[in-house]
Amino acid sequence: MNPWPWYITGPLIAAVLIALLLAGRRFGISSNLRTMCSMAGAGRVSEYFQFDWKSQRWNLIFVAGTMAGGAFARYMMLAPGPVQIHADTVRILKERGVEDAGAAFNPAFLFGQEMWSNPSALAMMLVGGAFIGFGTRWANGCTSGHAISGLSSLQWPSLIAVVGFFLGGLAISHIVLPILIPLL
Amino acid sequence: MPLIFLLGILFGISLTMGEVISWFRIQEMFLFDSFHMYGIIGSAMGLGIAFNLLARARKWRAFGGKPLDIHRYEAGWKRYLFGGTLFGMGWALTGACPGPLFIALGAGYTPVLVAILGALLGTILYGVFLRKLPH
Repeated sequence: MNPWPWYITGPLIAAVLIALLLAGRRFGISSNLRTMCSMAGAGRVSEYFQFDWKSQRWNLIFVAGTMAGGAFARYMMLAPGPVQIHADTVRILKERGVEDAGAAFNPAFLFGQEMWSNPSALAMMLVGGAFIGFGTRWANGCTSGHAISGLSSLQWPSLIAVVGFFLGGLAISHIVLPILIPLL
Repeated sequence: MPLIFLLGILFGISLTMGEVISWFRIQEMFLFDSFHMYGIIGSAMGLGIAFNLLARARKWRAFGGKPLDIHRYEAGWKRYLFGGTLFGMGWALTGACPGPLFIALGAGYTPVLVAILGALLGTILYGVFLRKLPH
C-alpha cells in the first residue's frame, strides 16, 4: 500500500484522541517516560518518580500497541520505498552530506545498523533523546499532549509549548545541523 | 485494556503509513518545504477542537459516566517555553517525538533504542534538577 496523505493520518490521530477521552483516558505519550523511570526505581533519586505509576499502566499498554502497529504497518502494509520528500529538502540535506535523502525511508547514518559503529551519530541520537526526555517533562507534554490534546482544548500553556517546539526545532534544523552533520 | 491496545495499534499504523516516523519528513517540516506534517497536526487539532467544543456544549461524558479527563495545564509560561524549546531541539536532531520514538522501534529501526535510552536519562535528569529550574 502507498503511504497515506495527511488527510487520512491527521483525522485518524483525532479519532484516537477522541476514543481515548471517551474511554476515560487521555492522549499523551511523554508521561510514559516518567512512568518507566518510576518502574525502574528512579524514586530513589527524586520524589518526582514517587507516584502511583500503576495507575498509568493503561498508557504503557497504549505504547505497546503503537509499537505493534508500527511493526504491522511497516512489514504488512507499507510498500517499501523512499519517502518522497520535497526536492528542496533533498538538495539541502545532500549538501549537508545526507547521501540517501530522497532515496530512503530513514537516513542510514542515524537509523541503519551503521549507526552503532559511528560514535558521533550515536552521540547525536543519545543527546537528542535526552533533550526530548528533559524537555517534555519540563514542558509537561510533547506533540501528543500539547500540540494535539492541549491545543484541541484551547489552552494557552500548550500554545506556548508548541511555539517552543518550533523555536528549538528551527534552531537545530537551520543553524546546528548544517554544521553538525558534515562533522559526523 | 484490549481497547487501549487496539487504539495504540491504530495510532502506530497511522503514523507509520503517514511517514511521521521518517526523519526526512521532520526535516522537511522544519525547512517549511511541505504541507504534509502541518496537514497532519493541523487536521488532528482542528477535529480535536470541534470535538472539545461539542463535548463542552453538550456535556458529553466518558463511557461509564465519568467526566472527560481533559488535563488543565497550570498557568505560567517558563516551563512551557523552555521545556518546549529543549524538546523541539531533540525532535529536530532525532527526527522523532516520543510517539514515533517507540513506533520506529516497533517498526524495526533498532538504533532509536539509543534515543529512547537518552530520553529516559533526560527524564531522570529532570527529576533530579526540577527544583532548580524555572517553572
